[in-house]
Amino acid sequence: MEVIWQAILASLSMLLTLDDRLMEVIVLSLKISLTALLIASLIGLPLSACLALTRFPGRKFVLVSFNALMGLPPVVVGLVVYLLLSRSGPFGVFNLLFTPTAMIIAQIVLVTPIIVSLSRESLESMRHEYQDTLRSLGAAPAQAVTVLVWDVRFTLATAHLAGFGRAISEVGAVMIVGGNIDHLTRVMTTTIALEASKGDLVVALGLGIVLVALSLAVNVLVHGLRSMGEARAAT
Amino acid sequence: MTGASPLPFHLRDIGLSRGGKQVLKGISVSFEAVPRKTVIIGPNGAGKSLLLQVCHGLVSPDSGTVEWSGDEADLSRAQSMVFQRPVLFRRSVIANVILALKIAGFARSEWRDRAEEALRRTGLSRYAATPARSLSFGEQQRLALARALAVEPKILFLDEPTASLDPAAAHLVESLIEEAAAADVRIIMTSHDLNQTRRLADEIIFMHRGRIKERAPADRFFASPENDLAQAFINGELLWWRRRSIFNGIEDENDSAICDDAAS
Repeated sequence: MEVIWQAILASLSMLLTLDDRLMEVIVLSLKISLTALLIASLIGLPLSACLALTRFPGRKFVLVSFNALMGLPPVVVGLVVYLLLSRSGPFGVFNLLFTPTAMIIAQIVLVTPIIVSLSRESLESMRHEYQDTLRSLGAAPAQAVTVLVWDVRFTLATAHLAGFGRAISEVGAVMIVGGNIDHLTRVMTTTIALEASKGDLVVALGLGIVLVALSLAVNVLVHGLRSMGEARAAT
Repeated sequence: MTGASPLPFHLRDIGLSRGGKQVLKGISVSFEAVPRKTVIIGPNGAGKSLLLQVCHGLVSPDSGTVEWSGDEADLSRAQSMVFQRPVLFRRSVIANVILALKIAGFARSEWRDRAEEALRRTGLSRYAATPARSLSFGEQQRLALARALAVEPKILFLDEPTASLDPAAAHLVESLIEEAAAADVRIIMTSHDLNQTRRLADEIIFMHRGRIKERAPADRFFASPENDLAQAFINGELLWWRRRSIFNGIEDENDSAICDDAAS
């Protein structure tokens, strides 16, 4: 037990002194996951609006597929992206394997279905509630979409939060396509896995604390945004 | 709202089916600028609400046409609708009215003044900054009315606007409807409440099982309705009348195919 306490204290010390090695991993993790989240959002939000507001043949199949993709095993995603980006794969010519870009691509594949499914569900439910009123007011399609997106903004924020949680905590896919290369593709989760297997609990625990703190911080942020939004709605 | 009046408008041989049952059958009716207040009454399943939705353009009929006067482009701006259950947007009371003005194409500089005036008329000024969904049901319905009237419609459709309100809240809504009619807004509404209908209506359209059975000035309708069903409805004997008709074998066979609950 004493060893664990010592490791916790040492890891806290590394965090408080902004240890270079730790900071490098944290910053890279955030860069990769936030970039993946941004791109997944740019793909996912229009797609979810399209699925929520339009009807076309095969729509149900698309909905079921996205719901199923939410539970994709990360290692399988990692394997597929690896095959696509490897030298013999269709995108091998771009030399992306074992780069942060490959890790971003893998995380986009993991995060997009979450954003699409959760956003689509809330937009569709709101559309069902608002459609007669919006049509009665004479809203053009673009105006209707704007109203819907604005009124479900906190649910959309929650969908993004879930996506970010999936991206930042993911280890299997980024390990396969990133290779866990020091100073290049080593992120928090892969570092924790590596250091724990080496028996270096200090770094592993330090990064674990950061991951938990990040999760808390993002939740606090969303809660704050929600409160602010409700307050602004009343002015 | 400026622009040519969409009145009169005409429904020509409107037919509509829902779930394999015909819920509006061969309805032809015209709405002129006068009388100012038409109340559509009838039992559940008569097709009152659907008729209102067809008029407002929310439901497209399977057959027949709705023909409007004036410019087609101005139609959506010339009419508003208030539903039985108000659907308010997730924003403040005043923001709900401002959104309606924005969608209707009013200049941004006019939004706040017009919204404040609409809230003043409906007695909701003190709630301007309150989240709309936190209002009581009666206040929400008044806000829906404020939102509908803020865009200065020529025609206001109301689908049983007081059905879920207590008498005091219903009285407030009725006063607002009277004010709107006095300001030359053409009122076309549905109601289940015969007392309210007596208070508000200039003319009555009585519907039964997807058909218009009688249209008459309100005083004449209540004094001496020409249709037996209408008489039975006024006397609260419609159910008994139907049973007696079926027993005597005189019920219309086509009518009996329509489910009472198909539309309300």
